[in-house]
Amino acid sequence: MQVDWTIYLTFLGAGLILLLPRDSKNLIRWVALLTGVAALLVGLKNYFDYNAWVNAELAAHNGVLTDGFKQIVNVPWIPALNVNYHLAVDGINFPLIILNGFVCVTGILFSWNIENRVKEFFAFFLTLIAGVYGVFMSMDLFLLFVFYELAIIPKYFVIAIWGSTRKEYGAMKLVLYSFVGSALVFIGILAVFFSAGGQSFDILELVKHPLAPEVQIWVFPLIFVGFAVLAGMWPFHTWAPTGHVAAPTAASMLLAGVVMKLGSYGCFRAAMLLFPQGLEHWKWWIAVLAVIGIVYGAGVALVQKDFKFIIGYSSVSHMGFVLLGLATLNVMGMSGAILQMFSHGIVASLLFAVVGRMVYDRTHTRQLDELGGLAKVIPFACVTFVIGGAASMGMPGFSGFVAEYQILVGAFQMHPLLALAAGLSIPLTVAYILNANNKVFMDRDEPAGGHGHGHGSEESSHPPLPPITLPEGVAAIILMALLVIVGLYPSIMLNMIKANMELFLRGGR
Amino acid sequence: MTPISYLEIFKALNSEAMLAVAALAALTLDLASLRRAEPVMRRRTIGTVAVIGLLASVIPLWQQLGHPRTVLLGGTLAVDDLILVFKLVIVALTLITVLISMDYDVGRHVGEYFAVMIFGAIGMLLLISAEELLTIFVALELTSISLYILTAFHKSELRSQEAALKYFMFGAISSAFLLFGLSYVYGVTGMSSLSGIREAVKNSGVGMSPLLATGMLFVIIGFGFKVAVVPFHLWAPDAYEGAPTPVAAFIATGSKVASFFVLLKVLFVGFAGLEGSAFWGHFSSGWTMLLAITGALSMVLGNFVAIVQRNVKRLLAYSSIAHAGYIFIGLVAASRMGATSVLFYIIVYSLTNLGAFGVVAALSSRAGGDELQDFDGMAKRAPFLSSLMLIFVLSLAGIPPLGGFLGKFYLFASAIQRDSQNFGLLWLVVLGILMSAVSLYYYLVLLKHIYVIDSKDQSRIITPTYLNVALGLVALAVVLLGVYPKPILELLNGLVAAL
Amino acid sequence: MEWYQSHILTIVTFLPLLGALGLLFVDKKSTKVFVQGATAIAFVDFLLSLPLFFWYDAARGGFQFTERLSWIPAIGVDYYVGIDGISLLLILLTTFLGVIAILSSWTAIHERVKEYYIFMLALQTGMLGVFISLDFFLFYVFWEVMLVPMYFLIGIWGHERRIYAATKFFLFTQLSGLLMLVAIISLAVLHQHATGVFTFDYEQLLNTTLSPSAARLLMLGFFVAFAVKLPAFPFHTWLPDAHTEAPTAGSVILAGLLLKTGAYGLIRFVLPLFPGPSREMAPLMMTLGVIGILYGAVLAVAQTDLKRLVAYTSVSHMGFVLLGVFAGNEIALEGAVIQMISHGISTGALFVLAGLLQERMHTRDISEMGGLWETMPALSGAGLVFAMASLGLPGLGDFVGEFLVFKGAFPIVPLVSSVATIGLVITGVFLLGMMQKVCFGHFNKKWTGLADMNTREICIIAVLMFFMFWIGLYPGPLLDVSNKAVLQLVDLFQNLGH
Repeated sequence: MQVDWTIYLTFLGAGLILLLPRDSKNLIRWVALLTGVAALLVGLKNYFDYNAWVNAELAAHNGVLTDGFKQIVNVPWIPALNVNYHLAVDGINFPLIILNGFVCVTGILFSWNIENRVKEFFAFFLTLIAGVYGVFMSMDLFLLFVFYELAIIPKYFVIAIWGSTRKEYGAMKLVLYSFVGSALVFIGILAVFFSAGGQSFDILELVKHPLAPEVQIWVFPLIFVGFAVLAGMWPFHTWAPTGHVAAPTAASMLLAGVVMKLGSYGCFRAAMLLFPQGLEHWKWWIAVLAVIGIVYGAGVALVQKDFKFIIGYSSVSHMGFVLLGLATLNVMGMSGAILQMFSHGIVASLLFAVVGRMVYDRTHTRQLDELGGLAKVIPFACVTFVIGGAASMGMPGFSGFVAEYQILVGAFQMHPLLALAAGLSIPLTVAYILNANNKVFMDRDEPAGGHGHGHGSEESSHPPLPPITLPEGVAAIILMALLVIVGLYPSIMLNMIKANMELFLRGGR
Repeated sequence: MTPISYLEIFKALNSEAMLAVAALAALTLDLASLRRAEPVMRRRTIGTVAVIGLLASVIPLWQQLGHPRTVLLGGTLAVDDLILVFKLVIVALTLITVLISMDYDVGRHVGEYFAVMIFGAIGMLLLISAEELLTIFVALELTSISLYILTAFHKSELRSQEAALKYFMFGAISSAFLLFGLSYVYGVTGMSSLSGIREAVKNSGVGMSPLLATGMLFVIIGFGFKVAVVPFHLWAPDAYEGAPTPVAAFIATGSKVASFFVLLKVLFVGFAGLEGSAFWGHFSSGWTMLLAITGALSMVLGNFVAIVQRNVKRLLAYSSIAHAGYIFIGLVAASRMGATSVLFYIIVYSLTNLGAFGVVAALSSRAGGDELQDFDGMAKRAPFLSSLMLIFVLSLAGIPPLGGFLGKFYLFASAIQRDSQNFGLLWLVVLGILMSAVSLYYYLVLLKHIYVIDSKDQSRIITPTYLNVALGLVALAVVLLGVYPKPILELLNGLVAAL
Repeated sequence: MEWYQSHILTIVTFLPLLGALGLLFVDKKSTKVFVQGATAIAFVDFLLSLPLFFWYDAARGGFQFTERLSWIPAIGVDYYVGIDGISLLLILLTTFLGVIAILSSWTAIHERVKEYYIFMLALQTGMLGVFISLDFFLFYVFWEVMLVPMYFLIGIWGHERRIYAATKFFLFTQLSGLLMLVAIISLAVLHQHATGVFTFDYEQLLNTTLSPSAARLLMLGFFVAFAVKLPAFPFHTWLPDAHTEAPTAGSVILAGLLLKTGAYGLIRFVLPLFPGPSREMAPLMMTLGVIGILYGAVLAVAQTDLKRLVAYTSVSHMGFVLLGVFAGNEIALEGAVIQMISHGISTGALFVLAGLLQERMHTRDISEMGGLWETMPALSGAGLVFAMASLGLPGLGDFVGEFLVFKGAFPIVPLVSSVATIGLVITGVFLLGMMQKVCFGHFNKKWTGLADMNTREICIIAVLMFFMFWIGLYPGPLLDVSNKAVLQLVDLFQNLGH
């Protein structure tokens, strides 16, 4: 079963759920879960096959890859517009496909407790996931755009119906920003198509016929910014904190974990790939804005009083790393960027799961001042948060370290100041993670005095909270394991990423 | 004077003839025997008669497909494949409107209602066939008058009367403009058939003389009213809101399709050579310039005013105004691709709009009104129709993979392709895309009411099966046009070549 | 046996972690399992590490028991470990104190026992890993691994102001660690510019030629990280709080081991990689060391919190290490190494004793204590012995270390070294004063009936005392083992001219 079955299986699952009676909630959940798992397994199987193939190729050809793509399907769709249904995978989008799969499965597990309109929730969620799979695999600009847009509307509903704080406002803002971003992309796509002679929307074809530099200079920012909005690039990021906070847990996981990566992926695949001269012209802008975003996100996260906002701004900060890595135009930075997309995808999912599902669903508050001492009551949540937080701050042993450090090295090679400024965010990240951990999970300090009872009483000031459920535990463990596995053995992902990036930078594809 | 062969006419127009018969039959049946019957039964019965008539009229249309182009009555009417396809579209739209009407309270005069509706359809069919200025005018009037009457059908409701009056007043004035313009054109060129006009303009080599320009301007004004673009749109919101919902549907779809079709023919055939240019930085007078401006204004005004609407039908009205603007982009492109895009879009758009109005008709009567609040919680109360509405609204917003998206894409693509070296029409396309983004806001608001907000009344709404099936088929068509537009696009592309 | 010998370092390092993972699955109510299990694991680890002492070929010197595995080839990182004489001693100290710390926790920890022992074991692995890493990346990984368990050990099982202390500890260490990371990466990048090879291998990076300004900057990067850990004045401010608020075992590990990682870092990385700048800045560093000696001593005088007092002695003692490291001759360096080991034991013991007192009296306030000799003679006796050790009484370990440092440093910086002796005097003053106030003097009736040390506690103290005397009276073996390594370092320091 080829990897495009991830798309079809997920759509099928969504369709199947629509047919189920709305009261059989458990059945719906299980169908959703099995769909997600099935798609993930398909993805993983193909991933490892591809990984083996890449390693074999590298070994056979002296560490150099000649063609990284594995074509899946390429049939004409709308001949009148020269649009093809063209899907392919390479080392750049495969990690993201797997990311999507994991976030889907764990998102479903973390949403196991939703009781209101279960059917529609999972139908929308799966549609969104399917659309995302499609975007990652599309090699035709039109097709990519179609999948991209397809994913926008379910986002609105998921947030507006099942969200929390200011959900309708947050949903509308998010969707409109995404849509405006995609409008810019739309214009860009039309421009590209016609400038290249109106022959094809196919990315791999268009790469062979680059546009004139004067055209690239204005088309590139159109498409790049269009996608960068979704990636949360400063200053177009303002939808992100509001939207993430308003969204229900699984949606936040998906939004911060995967959808923002859609944006950065689009930046790479549609903008950078097709307009190298445009990129050259604009890369300093991108790098600087990315760095601003990194530091700004971290700084603002530090002063937040709402737990979820901290994570929301943290996402903006980490996506800045991705964009910085992409702008460096060297192997280190760009490979780091792709790895960071995967790593932060998992980290964000994990952290939002802690904030939303584990803490908020139980305590009904996200204000740091009102929380505290939860480590005694739900220790598993504390562990999860610490691991996610450690990965977030780039602690070695977790995937975030490898990714961020690569980006920093790459940025350093572009200009040392960039790396320095971006590196500044790491202490800030340490600070806000620590702050959050202290305020939410640890006890408050008692007034100083020499009589040491200080352990806090076993009967803590917190009323007992419901224990962590099995779905939550399983999902959290899956995500944490991923962080550790990729952290300790990054070759499992880095090999294919690096090989393909080298190919890209050599002027291949 | 060539002798008029009535047989020939009859054969060519036997679909219209059948419809006329059906209309009269419906009227007769109602007057004769059903006055006393219960309204629903009456509507169903007479509606069925109308449906049978419409279905019957399909047969001759179908049979004539594939035959070479026939021109009748000295060039006043024509029958070719493109025309036949669109006649079929009109029949389909009317059919569904009739089905929607069967479920809707149209007052005491049921037979009259269906009869007038069919007369309107006949007018539209004639309009599509028309190849000559006067015929166009007559057919247009037939359509318009039928629609004025239908708009007023809710005799006891003030807003229905106001709507009809406004519609009529505006309509009358625009008809005057149209006639004026047509006469000027005739005066200058000496020809009244579209192809004749084109020849005359080409041969005379005089290009745009002031009289011709005036004539063209007035003609466009006249049509601009019919399709409700800015600044000739002022009647539309009131008319849509006040008219009985199926009538509003009919106005928004059938009438628009026919009007756009004719406008296309008039511009591309009749005024070919007088386009001028709407390229940025290279503006020169001609009808593309005019259309570009009115189109741009429509897109902007239609979308922005729609944001503040509280009534669903008014919202859809302003959305229609905006969409007319988008369609104008395709016309401005003035190319083969442009023509195909316009034709494709009006098919998609009319189906979508019809579906949307149909859902509104079905739900509003049961929900007690057609304000946005009345649609709260519909997702729970009428899940099937709500999901159809989702499809229709998203298609209007231009979300893939629905027909609306593809249609818009094609329109914009044709505009860019027109000047793919210098992107002369890019400004128009950019405007269109940005306005589309704006429109998403109010479409989402409508969906928000349906899907997100809960209502106090949680009772289920039951709608008749035939209606569900009909609307479901429309939605399916909208989806198919988005996902697999290839056959239709190829068909249209081929047919347009004939122009 | 062959396999054991060739993988001994990995086994010793990862055994605690594996043990911790195993304990994860035990139900959290079976406290006994955790207590005994953790003790057993730590003890077995210690036993497994002992052969290192005997198998190490001191005559040959250099890195032995090396293991190398390709880990992340994409960025030139290998799992490359090995020890020389110096790190050998530190390994043994770590496994030894690990057992001591766990043993002393038996009665001190009553809640969330499971997590406590798991963190303790994880921490062991981190520290052992730091001492064996020969790849910079790997070193950094283990450096960071030490942080989180320590943070939690202080933050959850500590005393009143534990969150403040834990946070401060974490922030100081992490931020200085980041500076070190920047230095590490820069070093690797510069190496790549020079040789075209991107690697984190210690031995390869040793040979990187650096411009003087680059060398200076990089050295500072490393130095700050290690200076915070050492702690050197003025980076020491986290230490008093951390030591005071940590639970007993935490303090033992902190003072006994964590601080040594800082010193180790200086010896392993700063000196050999940047001999030029090290020589340049040696006077400054030595001055800092002496300031630390004095500062720690002076502030200790004013303390009323028993643990805080001991904490300041750590600052003071580690100042000697700093002085010795940068003196740059064999004797001073040897002294520094001995000081590291013996300080670990002596201060560790002092914290154990303070912990025992706290468990019994629930206070650390010296003014409340007094005349404890009456009720707890054994404890007081032990306290006296270790206080003497701490102030450098000959016959006990610290004396050897301090004496050698002094002997080595005096020829280089006579003035500064003389000032250091003042520190010794003051140390004597407050330690004796402390003994006076706590053990002698007027007996506070409150404390009647307090139990003296029980068997377990006596064992702990006895073992510590034994090693204290051994180092003090017979430091030969230690010196022999570390000699080659020390000589190599001195060589680098004095001869290589960049």
